[in-house]
Amino acid sequence: MRPILMKGHERPLTFLKYNRDGDLLFSCAKDHTPTVWFADNGERLGTYRGHNGAVWSCDVSRDSMRLITGSADQTVKLWNVQTGAQLYTFNFGSPARSVDFSVGDKLAVITTDPFMELTSAIHVKRIARDPTEQTEESELVIKGPQGRINRAVWGPLNRTIVSAGEDAVIRIWDSETGKLLREADKESGHKKTITSLTKSADGSHFLTGSLDKSAKLWDTRSLTLIKTYVTERPVNAVAMSPLLDHVVLGGGQDASAVTTTDHRAGKFEAKFFDKILQEEIGGVKGHFGPINALAFNPDGKSFSSGGEDGYVRLHHFDPDYFNIKI
Amino acid sequence: MYGVVHFTTGSLNMPIDKSDPNPNQSKASKFRWGELEEDDNLDFLLPPKEVIGPDENGIKKVIEYKFNDEGNKVKITTTTRARKLAKARLNRRAVERRNWERFGDAVHEDVGSRLTMVSTEEIILERPRAPGMKAEEIKVPGDSLAQLSKGGAVLMVCRTCGKKGDHWTSKCPYKDLAAPVETFVDKPVASEASVAASGSGKGAYVPPSMRAGAERTAGSDMRRRNDENSVRVTNLSEDTREPDLLELFRPFGAVTRVYVAMDQKTGTSRGFSFVNFVNREDAQRAINKLNGYGYDNLILRVEWATPRAN
Repeated sequence: MRPILMKGHERPLTFLKYNRDGDLLFSCAKDHTPTVWFADNGERLGTYRGHNGAVWSCDVSRDSMRLITGSADQTVKLWNVQTGAQLYTFNFGSPARSVDFSVGDKLAVITTDPFMELTSAIHVKRIARDPTEQTEESELVIKGPQGRINRAVWGPLNRTIVSAGEDAVIRIWDSETGKLLREADKESGHKKTITSLTKSADGSHFLTGSLDKSAKLWDTRSLTLIKTYVTERPVNAVAMSPLLDHVVLGGGQDASAVTTTDHRAGKFEAKFFDKILQEEIGGVKGHFGPINALAFNPDGKSFSSGGEDGYVRLHHFDPDYFNIKI
Repeated sequence: MYGVVHFTTGSLNMPIDKSDPNPNQSKASKFRWGELEEDDNLDFLLPPKEVIGPDENGIKKVIEYKFNDEGNKVKITTTTRARKLAKARLNRRAVERRNWERFGDAVHEDVGSRLTMVSTEEIILERPRAPGMKAEEIKVPGDSLAQLSKGGAVLMVCRTCGKKGDHWTSKCPYKDLAAPVETFVDKPVASEASVAASGSGKGAYVPPSMRAGAERTAGSDMRRRNDENSVRVTNLSEDTREPDLLELFRPFGAVTRVYVAMDQKTGTSRGFSFVNFVNREDAQRAINKLNGYGYDNLILRVEWATPRAN
């Protein structure tokens, strides 16, 4: 396949997200400006100007009208996707790391980093249909985990919130009361910071990637460990194919390997694994730096990866990808 | 959505008319060259442009003939592949979004802006090993060398236990056993076995390869350039390096070592290198196939490396 290279960001990519219809790709990077691209040919549609710090993550509503972005400038902003106009700004006491719309787009879960005296927290905000009615107040604030919470997403039917972060423990919280419902088992769980989390298309299971060079697949309701995928590199980003039973891991480079790197450029790869057999299917090389973001198009026929090099690479699969057998 | 990707497969500079031994001269002689004012007059001598329409893969070939600067007839074949970039089964809203106006930093963007480019390299999903082979099948007990010649992998040689193909010296699982033949034995009492071979009296140093019980064959993979399976490659380009040659020679068989002679001062290749194969037949095949092979704009010379004088 011939990937499409999109160099719209000056700084490393942090997050990639496709909209529900699969025709738009939103990219967030450390350069303060989230960008939206057409997902078929990679043409840039527009940029959202307004943030003053690295943008760590974003989410788009199901109708592709609203974009929410979380940034290191301690704000979370709501945008009109079509015009690029800012609709509302939530202010926090510390950098906002992860944002996620609920099913129905009426609520959003936002995590903030530990900063000075503040510990990290998970905030739930109500999102009004009409931006003029938007209020700042939180429906719910959950505190508890030590260290940064890298990702928090809604569980099935918005009843739960799943969070994962620096303390390597996955937690499931009740979204109405804020009570801790479940914690992942310490022995079978990750040993180092969990960097990324992605849900399956139906929400029944999710995948977490960690700096301990592995990714683990969990059941959402019972938080039992289903599968583990092992790589040689710390995992920065994970994605699951909505169409086939494939899992993709994107990673960095171990500090110890830096001096022995061979000189060929473009060798950071996104590794494909069979979801059920846990075996490596292959790798897609090309990035000049560690891969920080991965996303699958909801139709499963293309995926994109964002790297430390500032490039977004959009890959449309060749027909023989769909016939891969182990 | 259609995207057009152009490949020009290059022009062939050769006379086209096979029936006429002196095509250019004979045709030109029909017109006195002094009368010719413009080159266009000669265009009707050329065969017409052929278009081989898009086939089921979307490949279209256009064959044109023209005269190049030297007056030679030149055939230019342009192969164009129109690729469907995405199945255009977008829903209504997505189609509307396609027509949205650009905003933010993209406002002044022209359609041909260089932010978005299709990669010139074809990237494939690289399989870790040949599909169909499971990990267990690789570990064939017995001669690990034989299985390596199938896989074309680099031969791993361990100096401690002498086993080939399993692990490197630093990873030797038997490293504490430090093969008895390696230890320097001083007292003849302890080394009756080693003295017997040399027969030169007690206390004389007997090299490991001459001691009794020493594996003679282990010596062959100790030797480097001065090997029977060594191939010399000359006329290399300046920036050819070991990995490039390894990739080039690997298809012929297991390669133990690649050495590219480098100029210390400039850091560039001196133009020659040595490649050591495990099997002599692989080396022979490599020589047959790659001698005269065009690599990085130079014609390679691949031959047996002359054995060293000693």
